[in-house]
Amino acid sequence: MKRTVCLGALAITGLSAGFASATTLEDVKARGELNCGVNSGLVGFATPDANGNWVGFDVAICKAVAAAVLGDGSKVKYVPLSSQNRFTALSSGEVDILSRNTTWTFSRDVDLKLDFAGVNYYDGQGFMVRKDLGVTSAKELDGSTVCIQTGTTTELNLADYFKANGMEYQPVSVDTNAEGEQQFLAGACDSYTTDASGLAATRAAFANPDDYVILPEIISKEPLGPAVRHGDNEWGDIVRWTLNALIAAEEYGVTSTNVEELASSSENPEVRRLLGQEGDLGAMFGLDADWAKRAIMAGGNYGEIFAATIGESTPIGLARGLNAQWTQGGLLYAPPFR
Amino acid sequence: MSDLHAQTVPYVRDTMLPEQSPPAAQSGAVRWLRENLFSSWFNAALTLLGVAVIYFFIAHYFPWFRHGVWNAASLQECRAIIAEKWGPEASGACWAVIRERWNQIIFGFYPTELYWRPILTFVLLFVAMAPVLYTQLPRVLLWGTVAYPLVAMWLLWGGSIWPVVMIAFGFMLGGVILRIVSRWSALGALVAAIVVPVLFWAFLMGPIDDDLSYIAPIALRPIGSDQFGGFLLAIVIGVGGIVMSLPLGIMLALGRQSDMFLIKTLSVVFIEFIRGVPLITLLFVASTLLNYFLPPGTNFDIILRVMILVTLFSAAYIAEVIRGGLAALPRGQYEAADALGLEYWRAQRLIILPQALKISIPGIVSTFIGMFKDTTLVTFVGLYDPLKSIPDAIRNNFEWKGIYWEPFIFVGVIFFVLNFAMSRYSMYLERRLQRDHH
Amino acid sequence: MAFAHDAPERGFRLSQLIYDTRYRSLTIQAVTMILVMLGVWWLIGNLLDNLNALGKTFDFGFLEQRAGYDIAQTLIPYSNDSTHARAALVGLLNTLWVSLLGCIAATVIGVVVGILRLSNNWLIARLMTVYVEAFRNVPVLLWILVALAVMTELTPSPSAYRGDDPAAQMLLFDSIAFTNRGTHIAAIEFTRGLGVINTPLAPISLNFVAFALVVIGSIWANRKLRAHAARVQEATGVRPTIWWKSLLILLGPAIFLLLALGITFSLPVLERFNFTGGLNVSNALVSLWLGLSLYTAAFIAEIVRAGILSVSSGQSEAAFALGLRPNRTMKLVVLPQALRVIVPPLISQFLNLTKNSSLAIAVGYMDLRGTLGGITMNQTGREIEAILLMMLIYLLISLSISGVMNLYNRSVKLKER
Repeated sequence: MKRTVCLGALAITGLSAGFASATTLEDVKARGELNCGVNSGLVGFATPDANGNWVGFDVAICKAVAAAVLGDGSKVKYVPLSSQNRFTALSSGEVDILSRNTTWTFSRDVDLKLDFAGVNYYDGQGFMVRKDLGVTSAKELDGSTVCIQTGTTTELNLADYFKANGMEYQPVSVDTNAEGEQQFLAGACDSYTTDASGLAATRAAFANPDDYVILPEIISKEPLGPAVRHGDNEWGDIVRWTLNALIAAEEYGVTSTNVEELASSSENPEVRRLLGQEGDLGAMFGLDADWAKRAIMAGGNYGEIFAATIGESTPIGLARGLNAQWTQGGLLYAPPFR
Repeated sequence: MSDLHAQTVPYVRDTMLPEQSPPAAQSGAVRWLRENLFSSWFNAALTLLGVAVIYFFIAHYFPWFRHGVWNAASLQECRAIIAEKWGPEASGACWAVIRERWNQIIFGFYPTELYWRPILTFVLLFVAMAPVLYTQLPRVLLWGTVAYPLVAMWLLWGGSIWPVVMIAFGFMLGGVILRIVSRWSALGALVAAIVVPVLFWAFLMGPIDDDLSYIAPIALRPIGSDQFGGFLLAIVIGVGGIVMSLPLGIMLALGRQSDMFLIKTLSVVFIEFIRGVPLITLLFVASTLLNYFLPPGTNFDIILRVMILVTLFSAAYIAEVIRGGLAALPRGQYEAADALGLEYWRAQRLIILPQALKISIPGIVSTFIGMFKDTTLVTFVGLYDPLKSIPDAIRNNFEWKGIYWEPFIFVGVIFFVLNFAMSRYSMYLERRLQRDHH
Repeated sequence: MAFAHDAPERGFRLSQLIYDTRYRSLTIQAVTMILVMLGVWWLIGNLLDNLNALGKTFDFGFLEQRAGYDIAQTLIPYSNDSTHARAALVGLLNTLWVSLLGCIAATVIGVVVGILRLSNNWLIARLMTVYVEAFRNVPVLLWILVALAVMTELTPSPSAYRGDDPAAQMLLFDSIAFTNRGTHIAAIEFTRGLGVINTPLAPISLNFVAFALVVIGSIWANRKLRAHAARVQEATGVRPTIWWKSLLILLGPAIFLLLALGITFSLPVLERFNFTGGLNVSNALVSLWLGLSLYTAAFIAEIVRAGILSVSSGQSEAAFALGLRPNRTMKLVVLPQALRVIVPPLISQFLNLTKNSSLAIAVGYMDLRGTLGGITMNQTGREIEAILLMMLIYLLISLSISGVMNLYNRSVKLKER
């Protein structure tokens, strides 16, 4: 009785079991919706606005992939995940992509069976302190209390860093960025540590940001990128090359406004291949020729997304830094579309 | 004797004295104060302590409430208004956040223009419960109660109406088959009543649904589970969990009392296991492990998964409540049922359960209150509960960064009002039922 | 009569399995057994399929790996070089510790509130009702979060203790400092200590062992003394004055031992960022403890009230008629009867409190769910193993608490003759 009610509920709500399809791509297409795991709330990267619409830098990746695969960037179901349950959500199939400022590490790639599709933000772990504490370097933090999100790489980095420098600290564990902010603002910890981008986003949102400083030390490498399940290479390719398409689009000057125009007029063979005018790149992984065009139109190229969500004109005000194109001295380098 | 009296007493008053009011210390407010507040030194000390506590709270928090601002677009604006009106040192509540975001706390991210759907569902809940609670109402209304879960699901999640109709039809089909076939064979009827609807749902439902949707596309706008949140989510999970757990709980309670060793063992193991682990670990199972135990590629809605685990959880508690009800029935009731020659299920259905369930209603209500409070734990599996996730989401906006107490107070008051009302109602029921019993 | 014999002699028919009540229960059990086994087989089969598809295995080897993370409050030595198993143990001990503290506080508050609710003081009875209803009807998570907010927002930061004219003062001769990170209390140290024995689980302080032995010895001697006094009273009718002897026996040896070991207090000292030295009780622990105990105390108060009301008033009237004073009436007549009603639900409240302590994550207190079911699970990606192990441990805790309850129930059961 109960069981059938459950089955009925499944059928009614149209949420029903995509029973055992072969690939994630087929699942997503059959479902007509992309399940995307995002941060439950980090201003600039992923946060629901007053109407429950998700916005942010990580969210834009989801939109681009949905646009490429389903033809509509709005056909995304956002699954807010804490740092603790994000990998399980991915490996258990609850989400198709994990786009949640997740650091690409060896053990996550190999042991946790994730596949990182690339890097959408080169980050590093930093510290934020109150200005009136008079601290200018992370090396001076011996004996301090540090707020830290549990279940993150930053937790391990922090332990390593203080050990390597022969310092002591008291961790104050928090579950989400919101809690971390609250504890830090209340003074429950001397410093708050997380990815530098996250610190900047957090600091920008304070009532008086000038009372806080981000220390110069970056104690780790945090290449953040979207991850997919290990073992479904086709799906991994789609996410990887959607990301690359956004990066390449910026390099070649393809923006959401001129993409239509360039598609018909561009002479650059790389742009023509990217936008599906030449060759048959889309069909190679089961999409149509316009996949990249749609991905770019969904939220703009990499540069546009960056500027709109976390760039210098937003309250978060992150400079491009390492995340500039390789031609501008940054690390973004999309492999050729060929 | 009377002569003697008259003679020995020289003066006897023969008119009544006018009635006098009792001394000041024995009447009115003073007497009340003496009796209720200052009856002993210890009590007087306690009273003074109580007054001090009340004064402390009022002195510290009343200004905060009084300075409250209802009209502002952001926390900064609130603070500016308070500073302007009450001086730079004053602190005050910024109720503007509630005014602006109350709908998120209540409905989550449900589309604003569709609020009538959850509201209607909520109202219908009382309509559906009425025939259960008030036995005076005509019994026909119970059919509405039975249909309510399907209607509620359709209203909340939307989509085409035909799958709902198909499911209801399947149940009716089962019922009819049970009626007809049981003339020949009770067991055959039971098997057929289960197998035929399942076959119907599995094979016929899809095609018929497609055709009907094509012929008469009656549908509501579908709303995804990710748009549920706030008290809407809490009530959906709480009510859904309790409703689905009732039949399971009854089965478990009967199983625990069964003579059959295996059934009894299974029931006891299940009940004790569920009651022995915290709900939060079960929610973790819903969010992480459940998919591992289902066929590869199965993936269904997180709210549904949470509801399944919440159902299992509350079923164990309901089973214990009902077991109490069963145990409270006088032995004679069981013996009377046996004496009438009723077989097990008939005895349970006609004699035992109606009485046991009636006794258990207060217990079920308090299980529900506990359940309802525990729905806030879904925040730890990434659902938008009203207590933590929604306020966190509100705080994530630049305007409301750093707002803390106001959403807590708002949510706390709503929880209090709902739960207090329910517990009072269950106490009233308890009294009424007690009277019935004697 | 003859007919009654006839039916069973016709031998066994298959339909009897269903229609004959002698066999039906066997049939039902067999069918259930098969269904349950099929279900379990299906679930495990799916699990293996899924694990295979992901290339994962099911083993507990990860428990032996280096944990790599730090835990703020530990009862046994732990560093980030310890294993995940030890981190889990730290978490388990933290769970038990906060549960124990919570149960004690909840019982004390609950009993006081429950009795005060029955007080004839109008104001106090009303206040207590407000407390009980307010705490019972709001989720415990809210109270834990409120306790955390109160602890962090209303206490001074360590820097407030700094300077010539500090905004905050330490209490009790500089031995206690409340800060928004935690409470720092002076610790007891010994200049002529007996040392420690290092066991793999935790170092055992010989000072503590010696002190415990002396205290137990004193209590034992004191009981002997009281028994002797009672015997003298029985024999002569006069109870000898023993209070000063008793005091001497109880306190003398302990104080002597402490002085012999050279007791000193290590006071918390404000350093660059925080107080160091002394004992540090983190706010996470305090707020979790406060939230859990205040919430559970509201339920316990109701249980105590119901228990006291369940003793019929004739009992206490009879006791008064016998000339017993009110507190002796309570102790000798009412409580023993009320306890029989109070204790079973009280213990199930303890059980609830222990289970609710898994909300520690909300305040960042590293309990079993925070370590094994949180960081370890996340860093190693072993969700199945970690969650199963965690559930098993919680189950064991619960079963032992209910075991204690059953023992108690048996011991106070009315002896019916």
